[in-house]
Amino acid sequence: MSVFDYKKDNEGIVTITMDMTGPVNAMNAEFDEVMSATVHRLETESALSGVIFASAKKDFFAGGDLKEILTVDAEQAKAYFEKVEAIKSFLRRLEKLPVPVVAAINGAALGGGLELCLGCNYRIAVNNKRVQIGLPEVTLGLLPGAGGIVRMTHLLGVEKAMPYLLEGKRLRPEKALSEGLIDELVDDSESLLPRAHAWIMDNRDNADAAQQPWDRKGYRIKSNINKPSVAQAAQFAPFMVMGKTRGLLPAPERILETAVETLRVDFDTAMTIESRNFVSLVISPVAKNMISSFFFQMNKVNGGASRPAGIEPSRIAKVGIIGAGMMGQGIANVAAMAGIEVVLKDVSLAAAEKGKAYSAQLLDKAISRGRNDEAGKEKVLSQILATDQDSDLEGCDLIIEAVFEKLELKHQVTKETQQRLAEGGIWGTNTSSLPITRLAEVADKPDNFIGIHFFSPVDKMPLVELICGEKTSDETLARAFDFVRQIRKTPIVVNDSVGFYTSRTFATQLYEAAQMVAEGIHPVRIDSLGKAIGMPVGPLTVHDEVSLQLTKTIEETQTQMGLKQAENDPTPLASQLVDELVTKYNRGGRYHGDGGYYNYTENGKTIWPDLLEKYYQPVVEISDQDIKDRLLFRCVIESLKCLQEGVLRSVADGNIGSIMGIGAPAWTGGYIQFVNTYGLQTFMDRCDELANLYGSRFKAPDIVSEYLNAGKTFH
Amino acid sequence: MNHSAYIFDAIRTPRSKGKADGSLHEVRPLELSAGLFRELQSRHSLDTAYVDDVVLGCVTPISEQGSDIAKAVAQQAGWDESVAGVQLDRFCASGLEAVNTAAQKVMSGWSEMVVAGGIESMSRVPMGSNGGAMFTDPEFVISQRQVPQGIGADLISTLGGWGREAVDAYAVESQRRATHARDNGYFDRSVVPVKDRNGLVILEKDDFIKPETSMEGLARLKPSFQQMGAMGADEMILSKYPEVEAIHHVHTPGNSSGIVDGASAVLIGSEKAGKDLGLTPRGRIVAGAVLATEPSIMLTGPGPAAEKCLRIAGLQKSDIDLWEINEAFASVALRYMSDLGIDHEVTNVNGGAIAMGHPLGATGAMLVGVVLDELERRNLKRAMVSLCVGGGMGISTLIERV
Repeated sequence: MSVFDYKKDNEGIVTITMDMTGPVNAMNAEFDEVMSATVHRLETESALSGVIFASAKKDFFAGGDLKEILTVDAEQAKAYFEKVEAIKSFLRRLEKLPVPVVAAINGAALGGGLELCLGCNYRIAVNNKRVQIGLPEVTLGLLPGAGGIVRMTHLLGVEKAMPYLLEGKRLRPEKALSEGLIDELVDDSESLLPRAHAWIMDNRDNADAAQQPWDRKGYRIKSNINKPSVAQAAQFAPFMVMGKTRGLLPAPERILETAVETLRVDFDTAMTIESRNFVSLVISPVAKNMISSFFFQMNKVNGGASRPAGIEPSRIAKVGIIGAGMMGQGIANVAAMAGIEVVLKDVSLAAAEKGKAYSAQLLDKAISRGRNDEAGKEKVLSQILATDQDSDLEGCDLIIEAVFEKLELKHQVTKETQQRLAEGGIWGTNTSSLPITRLAEVADKPDNFIGIHFFSPVDKMPLVELICGEKTSDETLARAFDFVRQIRKTPIVVNDSVGFYTSRTFATQLYEAAQMVAEGIHPVRIDSLGKAIGMPVGPLTVHDEVSLQLTKTIEETQTQMGLKQAENDPTPLASQLVDELVTKYNRGGRYHGDGGYYNYTENGKTIWPDLLEKYYQPVVEISDQDIKDRLLFRCVIESLKCLQEGVLRSVADGNIGSIMGIGAPAWTGGYIQFVNTYGLQTFMDRCDELANLYGSRFKAPDIVSEYLNAGKTFH
Repeated sequence: MNHSAYIFDAIRTPRSKGKADGSLHEVRPLELSAGLFRELQSRHSLDTAYVDDVVLGCVTPISEQGSDIAKAVAQQAGWDESVAGVQLDRFCASGLEAVNTAAQKVMSGWSEMVVAGGIESMSRVPMGSNGGAMFTDPEFVISQRQVPQGIGADLISTLGGWGREAVDAYAVESQRRATHARDNGYFDRSVVPVKDRNGLVILEKDDFIKPETSMEGLARLKPSFQQMGAMGADEMILSKYPEVEAIHHVHTPGNSSGIVDGASAVLIGSEKAGKDLGLTPRGRIVAGAVLATEPSIMLTGPGPAAEKCLRIAGLQKSDIDLWEINEAFASVALRYMSDLGIDHEVTNVNGGAIAMGHPLGATGAMLVGVVLDELERRNLKRAMVSLCVGGGMGISTLIERV
């Protein structure tokens, strides 16, 4: 039996039930073969009156073959282009059949799945949660290359189609219906095929039912490019795209180009243009980076590749959080949102209540945006007990300590409270800078002790960094991992080191930026070029936000603890600058002292004039590229060192951690993946250049040459 | 240092049907033209900062071809930001007007190096979509007896005594010559394949040529302008030609220039430019001329323009080895040869626009490349390039190898 089960009934209606090899239906080599044969058979079928495409899987149809896409390089562009054109021709022939073709959508139809549906005359979906409709290609650096852009533009008009193409939004069935992506909903999956059948029967004499709108006589595309409103939209759209991508992500640009071309040329020519643009993305390093990290490594990380195997899955029923400050209140919120019983403890009841009130604020905001209601709010708040009593922590499966970053204080809290844990409970410390092994010294059971590093703001940041101390057990790690998944966040697992992985890597860029300021480079230029490589905001602005004061305190603490030595400081000018700004000029950051690199007023920020006066030297010559690379390469090199030293246990954790935690630009696919497409040899050469000009901190770690010699890349 | 304008190279895209099913319809005019500029740059390792200006002919400069496409092309090709650009429109002469203008810039000493050429994507920006008083203002059309050019072409053949057979025979020969030239690689030096952004070839060679063209096949085609003539256009123009009894409508799509997409680029510079950049000149622009003749018949300008050009150059017809006349219509070429008393053996030796098509704004500069290649192939010296032009104008350019 074929993976496309082909059944013709007495009415002349053929139902094709897709049940491809593997867990999902997808546009892969098997699809090419079976679709080719199926379309041919339909074209030659006698007394055909209609066609229904259905799925035997839980989902309708997944999408393209991402594994194959990762292997296609510029040399295979021609063959791949022809392949894409072939797939398109199957869909084109399908929609040109003289009978109605119906997509019976039983589950998710994303990417290639939706493109298959768009090649049908009519789309009926089941109205349940399983059904998602959308074209998420852009999120992986691609575009919908199987007719998705052209058909969406024809179907909805360019203005309405663009958001779905540019943002990759996934729609629930009702929204998909109201937006015109599908035509009809049925209430349950049992009704799906009968309804598809009935629709074909009802439309036997309706010529339009068998013809796509764009193939009908006298058809005109909805958006006429010569109409001032459309022309104006086409004129503004590039600004909006560039504003979001800073020119670093080619996919949205190609999507826009393809959509505008669709308005200018006939349907079939637009299809070819779409194919060419698709191929250009497939062979681009950015798509390779994004697919590797955002799809494969993300699945790996969330799927538990770093979770110790063979340990029973666990759930946390009750969590205690000590310290109701910014981090503690955020952790309480996400835990309560996940239905976990939360005890939020601080030294005073007022402080604890204030921490709980934070959740109320977030919920009110959600209600005002229509994303929650009063009942939902009450339910979440009822999960949180604000208290100043240690005794309320009795019986917690997990206690997360989130008090101020001081070793003694954290030790004291641990000693006072750890006996409150339930039998077999685990202790987590939310620190961003203190070594877990040192913190665990006072633990009764150091094997139950682990670092659980949240990022701020906790409700928005999707990443949690789990840090194993010397004695942390696999059991404890697995339970912490399960907890992070339970609160619907992504855990990466690292080993203990100064600053772990994320803080350590993040800091290098802040210091490199400071070093450049101290060298006399214009600070605004440094910030702008940080943005130009795709950082959310410039490094000096970030430093003002996290505060120079904090950097200085951490630096001092780590030096006092013997974790760092001043003589090994890779950027001494930077350390000196930070010290001067904080101590001499009271520039501790946006919320500390009189401001930081910038002055802050209600009208926004402007560079602190004295900074220019004291440090800026117009004679200093440096290229934009060098500034960009100094900011980027420090992070990349530090990530590679973390991998080399075993701080990172996997490449995937490093990539996902850098993207989700510390703002690594999306186009890189993460700070380690960047090296794969930059080229290991090219990377080493560039590191040498930078090292010669700016210092030995730019030497490529040995792991790069090891991988290069072994013919490996970082996966 | 003399002030000659040298031709360092003259390239063009292949030409293809200027409709939705043409091979080049998928290529934006901006990119069609920019591909040639990238080719010029890479072929000659050109320091583009040396180029002063870009002059591109375009007859339908609206929509994608609007807003001074010449400047946009220079940017799109990644040329130095100092390179300026201007688009001009002298109807079908635009491409050659661009060459002449560029030559004048160099010969005056105002510029050292200029790229001249043209661009016309007739499939994307249809002919006539830019309107214009010349053809759409009723008062002007009536008072000037401004009939469609096909009527003029048919009047020319009527006046010259060229019947359907003569114009069809000319067309068959154009197809034969073009096929022979293409298939024997005469165009290979200068026709640059059009590629997509992945480097995949979209079109390598001219694909508008119809080698199978025969007299029998052409005879089956209906005259294109009969109906329009009967509607009153014939009467309108004959009010200026009272001696003509009736116009014989002989022009069909088979013996008229084809509607195609295409672009051209000619690198023109001074002696100094050649020395500075290490470029060897292939030819020199000796002289150029424009004039206008009776505007209703519209297409009789080329012969007089060539005569004028010869006078400016101080040369005789016998000094010219090869002649190139744009085959807007077969009768235009026949009239040109008749006016000048030149033989078909030395005229349009590799065929013309009837076979390969006429991408309006690009054609003039294409002809310069076609004939320069042929002068080299035959080891001859001089050629005259001429086109008929809307409004009764004619244009000619005389080039010689150096």
